[in-house]
Formats: sequence, C-alpha cells, structure tokens
Amino acid sequence: MKHKTFFWFVFPSVLAMLLFIAFPIVSVVIQSLHVAHEQVIITVQNCGPFGCTDSTKIDTDATAALRAAEPLGRWAGLTTYFDRGHLATNEVAQAWTTATSLPDFLGRLINLPFYKAMFFTLTFTAIVTPLTLIFGFAIAVAVNSAAKSLRGPLIFFTLLPMIVTPLVGSLILFWMVDARGIVGTLLQWAAGDPDLSVKASTPLMWAMLMVYGVWHSAPFAFIVYYAGLQTVNKETLEAAVVDGASRWERIRYVVLPHLLPLTTFIALIQLMDNFRVFEPIVSFSAQAHATSLSWAIYNDLGGETQQLSSAAATSVLTILCIALLLTPVLVRTWRDFARK
Amino acid sequence: MKIWKTAAFATAIALLNGTTAMAACGITEGRISVVGNEFPAIQSIAKRMGDCAATGVELKSNLTADHQKINVAGMQGNPAEYSSAIIANSSIVALINEDVIRPLDDLMAMYGAAIPDGQKIVIDGKVMAVAFMANAQTLAYRKDILDQIGVAPPKTYEELLAAAKLIRDQGIMANPVGGSYAAGWNLAQEFVNMYLGYGGAFFVPGTAEVAINNAQGVDALNMMKSLTEYMNPDFLTHDSNATQAEWEAGNVALMNMWGSRMQNLMDDVGSEPVVYENTKVAGPMTVGGGTSPATTLWWDGWTVAKNVSDADAAATFQAMAYASSPDILTPETMNQAVWLLAGYTPDAVSEGVLAAVSAGTTPYPMLPYMGLLHTALGDNLADFLQGKESAEQALADAEAAYSTAAREKGFLK
Repeated sequence: MKHKTFFWFVFPSVLAMLLFIAFPIVSVVIQSLHVAHEQVIITVQNCGPFGCTDSTKIDTDATAALRAAEPLGRWAGLTTYFDRGHLATNEVAQAWTTATSLPDFLGRLINLPFYKAMFFTLTFTAIVTPLTLIFGFAIAVAVNSAAKSLRGPLIFFTLLPMIVTPLVGSLILFWMVDARGIVGTLLQWAAGDPDLSVKASTPLMWAMLMVYGVWHSAPFAFIVYYAGLQTVNKETLEAAVVDGASRWERIRYVVLPHLLPLTTFIALIQLMDNFRVFEPIVSFSAQAHATSLSWAIYNDLGGETQQLSSAAATSVLTILCIALLLTPVLVRTWRDFARK
Repeated sequence: MKIWKTAAFATAIALLNGTTAMAACGITEGRISVVGNEFPAIQSIAKRMGDCAATGVELKSNLTADHQKINVAGMQGNPAEYSSAIIANSSIVALINEDVIRPLDDLMAMYGAAIPDGQKIVIDGKVMAVAFMANAQTLAYRKDILDQIGVAPPKTYEELLAAAKLIRDQGIMANPVGGSYAAGWNLAQEFVNMYLGYGGAFFVPGTAEVAINNAQGVDALNMMKSLTEYMNPDFLTHDSNATQAEWEAGNVALMNMWGSRMQNLMDDVGSEPVVYENTKVAGPMTVGGGTSPATTLWWDGWTVAKNVSDADAAATFQAMAYASSPDILTPETMNQAVWLLAGYTPDAVSEGVLAAVSAGTTPYPMLPYMGLLHTALGDNLADFLQGKESAEQALADAEAAYSTAAREKGFLK
C-alpha cells in the first residue's frame, strides 16, 4: 500500500483514537497532578426552618479569584499518587517498621484503600481469567460435538450471559443468592446451616463475585474458541485417529496448539476486563467486602463532594497496572511475530 | 340555541381555567429546568409546575435518585442545563462550594412576598434556598409485636435493645431490628445519628480538623454493633429500599427510618394487613442518657442556578414558588411529607418528624467539608461491624481517609 493511501485509510480511526482515547488520558494525567485551591473558609450565620446556627462556609468570591488565577488548581506533582488514598508510601513504610510479623504487615497493608482494592482486583483477575479460558474452551468443544441442528440454539443460550447488561445480570444473581433467594436457600440446605448468608460473609461474597465474573465472560471465550475450532485441520485430526490417539490426546496435541494464538488473545482481553472489575461490586452492594480500583474511582466521583484529583490519580494507576499486567503477554506475542 | 349557549359557556370556563392557571403561575416565557430527588412530595411539586407550561415557556424536570451526581455538573455550564436544583441541607453545600446557585433576595423582593421567613434558608445574610418540607429518621414499630411482649414503644436505643431481646427470646422474630446499614452513605448516616445522640462533635470548632476518634465515637460504634446483632445478617447490603422490603415482609418489628418513607410502610401496597395495620410511628430515640435524639433534621428545598439569564431565573423562581405554595396541599399530597407550608395538618404518619423537631434534634451539619467526612465514614466503618478491626482503628481509618481527601480539596493544609 502506498503511504498516502495508508494514511487516508487509517486517518479516521487515528483521529477517533486521538479524540476519544489519547486526549482524555492526557487530561486525566494533568488533572491528577493538580489539587483544588486552598479554600477560603469564613464563619457565617445560617438560618432555616430549624433556627439559626453559626457555621462555616466557603468564601465564594475569594475562591473565584483564586480559580481565575489558576484554572487548573494548585500544582501538586505526584503528591496525590503517594498519599494515603493511593500508594500510601508513608503509611506502608510505617507499617513495615512497626509490624511485628509478616501477617501483621500484610494486615496493615490491606487496611489501606489502594492495597485493599489491589488485593481483591488481583485475586479476582488471577482466578477468573484462567477459569474463563477453561470453561470457554470446554463449552466450545462440547457445542462443537453436538448435533448440527442443536448448535444454533445452544450457541444462543450460551451467549446469553454476555448479552445481558452486567448491572442487570449481577442484580439477578444478587437476588438469587439472597438468604431467601433460590440459590441462597439451596446453599443453606446444603451446608445444613439456616443462618448461612452469602452477603454477610467476605469469603462467600468474593466467591460469588468470581462466579459472576466467570459466568459473564465465559461466553466470550467460548465464541472465540468455537470459531477457532472450525479452522482445525480435519486431515491432521484424522491422521491422529489413525495413529490411535484418544479424544483427549487429539485435543491436547492437535487442537490446543492450533488454538494457542487465540488463547493469547482471549487472555489479553480478559486480563484487561477483569482488572477493571466494577459492575458486580456495585450490584452486589459488596463494598464492605470487596473493592476494586474502578470502584474507588466511582466512589471518589459519587460523593457529595467530588474528588476529581484522587479519581484521576487512581485512573492513571489503573492504566499503569494494566500495562504492567499485559507486558508478559505482549512480549510473548512480539517474539512470536518477530520469529515469523 | 340552548346547545350553543352551553358550548359557549363551557368554552368560557375552559378559557378562564386556562388563564387562571397562567395567572396563578404568573409567567408566559422563559426556560425552566429542574433536577431533584425522586420521591412523592417532589413528584407532586414537579407535577404542579406543569401548570406553568404556557406558550413560550420551556419546562423540563429530571427527578432521579442520582440527582446529587449530576446537579453540580449540570449547573456549572453557562448557560446551565438546570435552572433549579431541588436539594436538602446536605446537598446544598456542594452547590454553594462550587458557587453555582444565586442569592434569591432580589427575586424574593419581586415575586416572593408570600413566602414566609421560616421557609427561607439564609446563609451569611443571603437567601440561598426555599425549604418546603422537613424530614428526619425516627422510630417505626409494630404495635402487635410490642403488645405481645408487653413493652411500650422504646424512647431510647437501650430500651429498643431490651425489646429486641424479648422478641427474639420469645421466638417471635429471629432478627427483629431493621436499619439502613448498607456500607457507604447509609452506614455513615447511621453513625452521624448515633454520634450526635452521644453528644459528639465532628470537627474542632471553626476548622476542618476532624475529631471523631473519641469516647462518643467508640460508644456510637458499639451501640451500632449491638443493634446489628439483632438485624438480618445481610445488614451491610441493606439500603432504605431493602430495609423497607424487610419491614413489609414482616421480618422486622423496630427500626429507625426516614419520615418520608413512613407512608410507604403504612399503605396497603407490598405487605399483609397484619403488617401495615400495626405499623406505627413514634419520635426519634435518644441514646446513652443523652437529651438530644440520635437522629438528624433535614429540610428539602429549591434553589435557582447562577449561570442562567435573569429572565430564566425569574421564570424559574416564580414557577418554583407557585409549585411549592400552600395551594399544593390536597388530601392526596397532604401525607406525602411534613410540609413547611401554611395549612398543613399532620396525620399519624408525620408524628415522628414533628416529634424530632420539637425534641430539638440537631440538623444535619451544613459544613463545606461534611460531605468528605460522610464518604470517609461510609468507606471505613464496615470493617468494625464485621469484627475485622477495633472501633478505634475504624475511626482512625475514617479520620485518615477524611484528612487525605480534605487536603486534596484544599480544606486542610
């Protein structure tokens, strides 16, 4: 392709990416390096239906002047990144010097909001990603070996969890695991404990969030694998049969190596998605048990006083963490590409 | 001839009605766009604003439970998307902090002669909002259950705990206490109630320095923990909607609940007669021998945006004043709220809020940095209620989270 043709061919998508991805990220980075102006507080008298009280208030005229002078706010550099709400370097150092043992140190670490969110997010990603791959592959193999007439409806039903909006899907599961819901009651019966409640126990809540995660994303892995299965070389498979390979051996030595590039692709997408786990935490009202970086951003912006700089810093940290997490997979893909 | 006359008469009446509606509202042009919370009283106000829709008047309302997430952003533009926000004493602070609402004194002089002083929210000598209803969390109880155990409606949280123990011991209900204890805003609100009940103060007076890690804070948390032992084990996921559902399912006999929600508990929708007929409302409870009830007083009111043209502001002011005038009171709307309007006659459903007002309950603090503390409390107290850490640690965490946020927002150095 000529350079000029190539340029005009990719121009629309490059423009869209600049406008909707690159510029917002730049704006978030700039925001995260600034904090609000020092507020000018005055004491005034407030009167209302319940009487008068002396109360403090922001001096809006003085603040407006500060804002006009520095529209972005005060330059803060990286202080927001290192404060207690984010990397908490001082608190971590203090915990390290005063902790009596490693578990004590970890306990104090997880008490800090960023590390608490990281602990859940990483556990969630580490467990849900491989399970999604395994379930997606198993379902694809099963559907692929079903009778041709059944495959259409089977594919449709298997895709449903992905089609359902995440907030709605997780709400449905939330009601089902309620102590009086169908799954909740079944669990109580199975455990022989009438007081068992998924929503009251941190380990069970984590398990439920992960079950939801797998339920929601397995269809994606399934449909990619299913498409991949259609491209497996029939002759190689037949040759393997002639050589006396069992069904498991055919999958292990013929199908799996063939699908390896797809596995890398799904793993990449799932790592990114799972690291940004958010909707189930909101739908399950799980914030007492589990938080994630995305949830922290939402929480910063959802209060009566919005904490934009804090949310921006968490966003930048999320981007950095995902980049870090994807590096091994990307390096591997690059090596495969270079070898070819 | 006769038919013609009747028709003419009917047309004349219709025209008259039309003109009275316009005359009552008094505006013929302007843009009015309202954002607010979604509950019956506010819906009635929005509905009454419909009378102001004449030719040349653009009228919109956006009522949603998420109003606090959009009202500041929707009023920061110039011209602002919303010409009025319906807010409460907690949420007006964010609007004042961002300087997006205008003082109403000049509009009040021109169009607000009928609004009594008691409804005006005056901050630093300027009218910033007009309140139309009061709200507070007070006691809701099941009369039949309390009769069964032979106990009068509790006046203190200690009495409530004793009654809850009796109900559980006699096998009437497994978890007789309800409460909006969902981690986040609701949980923080319950702490605010209890802490004020113990006589606590949130800040070092006149500063943004938080001061909650003290004896009152620990007492408040311990009392909350004692209450949760009589609650459904899922309490950390129960917001006021879920708490209402628990009540209507007949699982709960005692709870601290919003006055604005009591009518929903007492109507015949969603529950058996044995539940709604026996649902009674009483004043808020005190705690730890305190004199001021462990609850907070709230008002709901309307504001006018700063970044709209003076003509639109005048139209908005007149429409809001018209919609929240005493004429809104009909048999249908009377019990939707504790209206701060002349001609309001309270029913049994409103006794709780009125008792809260007369008991000298503290209003929810209208401080520029209270929202940050509320968020910090909501994020950090659940660990204590789950038994993961001590009360002192939970309060220290909340203080640290608040201080970090307050430094970022420029309230602390």
